[in-house]
Amino acid sequence: MARFFRASPTESRLLLVLIAICVFLSFASDSFFTLVNFTSLLNNSAINLIWAMGLLVVLIAGGIDISFAVAASVVQYVCVYAFDAIGGGNWAIGVVLAAGLGMGLGFINATLIHVFRIISIVVTIATFNAFFGLLMFLSSGRFLYNLPDWWTRRILIFEYQTADGTWAELTLPVAVMFAAVLATWVLINRTTVGRQLYAFGDNPEGARRVGVNVAAMQFIAFGWMGAMAGIGGLMQANIVQEVVPNALIGRELDVLAAVVLGGARLGGGRGSVLGCFLGVLLVAITQNGLNLLGVSPFAFKMVVGGIILVAISMSNLDFGTRARHRPGDDREETA
Amino acid sequence: MREETAVGIGAPPAISLKHVSKTFGGVHALDDVSFEIAQGEVHCLAGENGCGKSTLIKIITGVYQPDAGLVAEYFGESVASMTPNDARRRGIAVIWQDLALFPEMTVAENIAFETLVGGRPRLFSFGKIRAIAQKALASLEVEIDLEERLGRLPIAQRQIVAIARALVSDARLIFMDEPTASLTQSETNALLAVVRRLSARGVSVVFVSHRLAEVLDIATRVTVLRDGKLVGVYPTEGMTQSRLTELMTGTRFDTAVAARDTANNAPVLEVRGLTRRGEFSDIGFVLREGEVLGLTGLIGAGRTELGHTLFGMTRPDAGTIALDGRVLHLKSNRDAVEAGIAYVSEDRLALGLVQPQSIADNLVLPVLGKISNRAGLISRAARDDLVRHWLTELAIKIGHPSDPVATLSGGNQQRVVLAKWLATEPKVLILDSPTVGVDVGARAGIFRIVRKLAESGLAILMISDEVPEVYFNADRILHMAAGRIVGEYDPRKFELPDLEAAVYG
Repeated sequence: MARFFRASPTESRLLLVLIAICVFLSFASDSFFTLVNFTSLLNNSAINLIWAMGLLVVLIAGGIDISFAVAASVVQYVCVYAFDAIGGGNWAIGVVLAAGLGMGLGFINATLIHVFRIISIVVTIATFNAFFGLLMFLSSGRFLYNLPDWWTRRILIFEYQTADGTWAELTLPVAVMFAAVLATWVLINRTTVGRQLYAFGDNPEGARRVGVNVAAMQFIAFGWMGAMAGIGGLMQANIVQEVVPNALIGRELDVLAAVVLGGARLGGGRGSVLGCFLGVLLVAITQNGLNLLGVSPFAFKMVVGGIILVAISMSNLDFGTRARHRPGDDREETA
Repeated sequence: MREETAVGIGAPPAISLKHVSKTFGGVHALDDVSFEIAQGEVHCLAGENGCGKSTLIKIITGVYQPDAGLVAEYFGESVASMTPNDARRRGIAVIWQDLALFPEMTVAENIAFETLVGGRPRLFSFGKIRAIAQKALASLEVEIDLEERLGRLPIAQRQIVAIARALVSDARLIFMDEPTASLTQSETNALLAVVRRLSARGVSVVFVSHRLAEVLDIATRVTVLRDGKLVGVYPTEGMTQSRLTELMTGTRFDTAVAARDTANNAPVLEVRGLTRRGEFSDIGFVLREGEVLGLTGLIGAGRTELGHTLFGMTRPDAGTIALDGRVLHLKSNRDAVEAGIAYVSEDRLALGLVQPQSIADNLVLPVLGKISNRAGLISRAARDDLVRHWLTELAIKIGHPSDPVATLSGGNQQRVVLAKWLATEPKVLILDSPTVGVDVGARAGIFRIVRKLAESGLAILMISDEVPEVYFNADRILHMAAGRIVGEYDPRKFELPDLEAAVYG
């Protein structure tokens, strides 16, 4: 336990804050500490968590992606027409198609970044606009309701009737989210590629010198992000049972904020699946708690903004004491 | 004048290159240079910046191809061309000055990173990574916490990690580029001990270093390059620092003690009982007009901290600083500049200069007020006059004052920093490690300027951890240890080795 606190200061701090908030809300609201509330929290956070896993990988590799939420909308539209064209489809085809399309869009970002040496924030702001503009232009802003039945059917992976008669349920997106979390964890912690992604984000020149394939890193990071964006898009349509061109735009900043709150560093080399998970949950629980307490939804963004500022300043203060040390000061500890 | 010696090992040389030439756009970076290193030898590659050292290393490691093709043997095998991967495979490793490590990753991962690269993507085990790293560290007889984040280690230990990483990739010949540039004496000694262990195991080590003392201490032979040409290969036995400097620069340097008697000059800076908790205590000394006062001691002795306090950057807990008999209450370094104290920092690259800005803009930074007209706008004419004056005064060789500072050599950058502070017309100049990262040849130039400034009446406090530097260039030397002044020496009455023994212990 002590080891965990030392090795993962951000994660442990997040966990403590999360527990504190949960304890507070449990006393402040009757309906917070209930199974029904927790399952609905998970259902509502699933999409953001899937995206967060993709974005985490991009941040670790030293990049950033603003375009993924819009890319997810593009994937949704293409999927609707593709399923129509092949006469229905099923979940297997759907997941492969959505992940593949998303990955393709991610590769566009990676190509621009790697081949033309443009920094990722500029590239993805550009593709964000290009994707969205193209989507609105081609769809004329039309909503699509003609989704195949398998896509919009509610699939429960867990249900339980509580004492007061209400149902606690977990839906398919939650299962997919857990699969995405697990896959991302394996990728970045247990594969050689994952460690190369960390190294590349940490010190790109150093990674190049030890023989890391730099182009591959960009394509893997943005490809993973794209696949997660596509799968997230597929799941979001499963929940809302329609496809709306501007339904997802703006979500990218919520997810980015949560991932950064979870300890991923803009600049690369740092971030963990656990931190990312806790970051998204912290934002979701705060929102949930404010709702239960009857606070105006307008106040919500303000509170989340405040939490992020506090969390980031704390982590900066933490290693700021080291960063402010010049190399000379470090030496004194051993001299 | 080649005095080649063979190191008495029966095995073929680790590498042997014959008649290497390399031109870049008509300029001879290397001109018919032959280079040989025995297995297990500790060799030094010496020469000033731009002499072709890096070009030679890059040819050996396959980054550059020599003009007329490669004629070389690597561990007894004839080689006609070389690529970076091939060189790595044959056991050649380079530890560049920036180390190319990953500060956010653990020590174990940094050391064993090579095993994570190449081949198909696959799962790996942290246990195996740890075992590999542990084995590499054990062979160096060093202990470092494998789970620690690399960024939390001091530079000296990161250096060891970089060496351990080279060992993991089965390096048999390791180039170390300025490995001791930012190490203290004791850390340097620890590093040299590691190098000796490597050598005993048959690993060859090539040192590229500016610090001549340690070069002579550890290497058996030294190859000297100058202007892309081979000056010669010399055994280090019987070689002296001044002779080596001469070979590197091609000129003789006066290494006589420059000290003069300044005891009767008027006192300028008087420090009494100056204390700052945890940094230094009860510091007292008098700095006189026209005097160069050397302040030496190991890193961590509190020298730089004292400098910061004298310059108003930190507040003392007790004691007084008086300038021309008037006690100063410095609230910030602006007060210090106002009072007539200038401070040239140790880390001039980061703190002393704004690298991308022009030489002229850097130079006038502390005196913007002086060159502004009544409306508060900067007068170009006044700026250019000031810049021209100091460039001539300090013999700074540049293309144009509007060139970015980053384009200058270390020695010239140091002069720009000096000019910048001299433009404030100080009475006291504090020089912190004025020659860090500066060539031997350029060092002499800087000390000539220091001497000239002193002769014009400026009082100079020169901080340095290189004892010979203060010995040869100061009028008087203060020795600082653990935050206190523990000795005062007159260079004319002491021998250098005695002083070195006192300071380095």
